[in-house]
Amino acid sequence: MVELHLTQSNWEDEVLNSDIPVLVDFWAPWCGPCRMVAPVVSEIAEEYQGKLKVGKLNTDEEPEIAVRYGIMSIPTLMIFKNGEVADQIIGAVPKEYLIEKLEQVL
Amino acid sequence: MYDVIIIGGGPAGLTAGLYAARGGLKTLICEEKVFGGQILMSYEVDNYPGFPKGISGMDLMDNFMKQAEKFGVETNYEGIKGIEDKGKTKDVILSNGTKLNTKTIIVAAGASANKLNCPGEKKFTGKGVSYCATCDGAFFRGKPVAVVGGGDSALEEALYLANLASKVYIIHRREQLRAVKVLQERAFSNNKLEFVFNHVVKEIQGDKFVNGVLVENVKTGELSRLDVDGIFIYVGITPNTKFLEDIIELNEDGYIIVNENMETNIPGIFAAGDIRVTPLRQVLTAAADGAIAASCAQKYIERNC
Ligand SMILES: Cc1cc2nc3c(=O)[nH]c(=O)nc-3n(C[C@H](O)[C@H](O)[C@H](O)COP(=O)(O)OP(=O)(O)OC[C@H]3O[C@@H](n4cnc5c(N)ncnc54)[C@H](O)[C@@H]3O)c2cc1C
Repeated sequence: MVELHLTQSNWEDEVLNSDIPVLVDFWAPWCGPCRMVAPVVSEIAEEYQGKLKVGKLNTDEEPEIAVRYGIMSIPTLMIFKNGEVADQIIGAVPKEYLIEKLEQVL
Repeated sequence: MYDVIIIGGGPAGLTAGLYAARGGLKTLICEEKVFGGQILMSYEVDNYPGFPKGISGMDLMDNFMKQAEKFGVETNYEGIKGIEDKGKTKDVILSNGTKLNTKTIIVAAGASANKLNCPGEKKFTGKGVSYCATCDGAFFRGKPVAVVGGGDSALEEALYLANLASKVYIIHRREQLRAVKVLQERAFSNNKLEFVFNHVVKEIQGDKFVNGVLVENVKTGELSRLDVDGIFIYVGITPNTKFLEDIIELNEDGYIIVNENMETNIPGIFAAGDIRVTPLRQVLTAAADGAIAASCAQKYIERNC
């Protein structure tokens, strides 16, 4: 697995101060679509290695970050560029749609 | 060339995949979003036999997937935008335009949740508007929410939300619920639920997030507002048949018409699950359809290919 486990303590370094764009997958263990969407996120992480960082944030473990970014629905995928939210996708979407959004930011 | 390409990886598609692969057919399941389908939205499935304590939709689908993979079914994350009947073989067209050739097709693309199509719904999706209580309920702990609908899904999800939310309004346009008796009884005896009968949603309101919903009494036309932080919408489903409507025979509501072998009007193209005309749309019936479709696809190949 190439995805990073994101927490309060590495959020700033890994996401906000990252040199390359970051895709953050907000998820929780009890969320069915989240668990089943994980393979797509893994595939993206593999395919975009070097160009894009991919991290996962468990909203159960890190509610503060979830609240800070106004997460009220999961899965939510947020794309960060230069520390800012460049785009976000709410709910499970086709992989192709996700790639389209990513390409716009990259 | 595949023996069978299955469109959709919900209960029907995964079961069709299991039966086809177990029967030795070269089988591919194309799933556009996430394997598991609509039942992933359900926190507890208590009517799928074999699990007397109930099982979450997620765990049940995890098992379906593992069992299909055990028999060697191939899977990918591709949306299908069309199919072509070339007589003896068929083409399945992926969203990027690539064509895959196959002897048979099983359409198991299921159905999607209907939208209310009222002002505010789109704007606040993910900001208080939700179609999945299991996914999003936890973000509304201790807050008031509304559920729209009067069927089984609406009541099941309202009962789930009652464990988390401070209050759950159930907004229904009629005076009577469609849901099965046992759910109605449970709902009526839950003191966190409040029924708002004979009302429809006119607008979902908020600033950054939802803070209320404007409802109209269908008998008097009177408008009122409910202060809620979340609104969960369960107002029926529509079959995912848009990409097939030129080729396959559908009924007036867009569901695929099949015979008892799950075969459509085109020989070699089968349909299974929520997408077909059927009196009951459940995991069990979707899985059963998938098994019949795969087995009949196998017989079709033996006879014709
Ligand atoms: C909230 C809720 C609660 C429920 N509770 C229960 C319950 O307790 N018990 C029960 O038995 N049933 C329950 N159901 C019903 C059950 O979920 C469905 O009957 C069942 O999922 C139907 O399975 P299916 O495989 O036919 O379709 P679906 O589950 O709809 O799966 C279809 C799949 O096909 C994919 N797809 C669609 N179009 C394409 C395309 N063009 N290309 C590729 N893939 C595509 C979709 O992404 C989806 O994954 C519930 C449903 C809901 C919404």
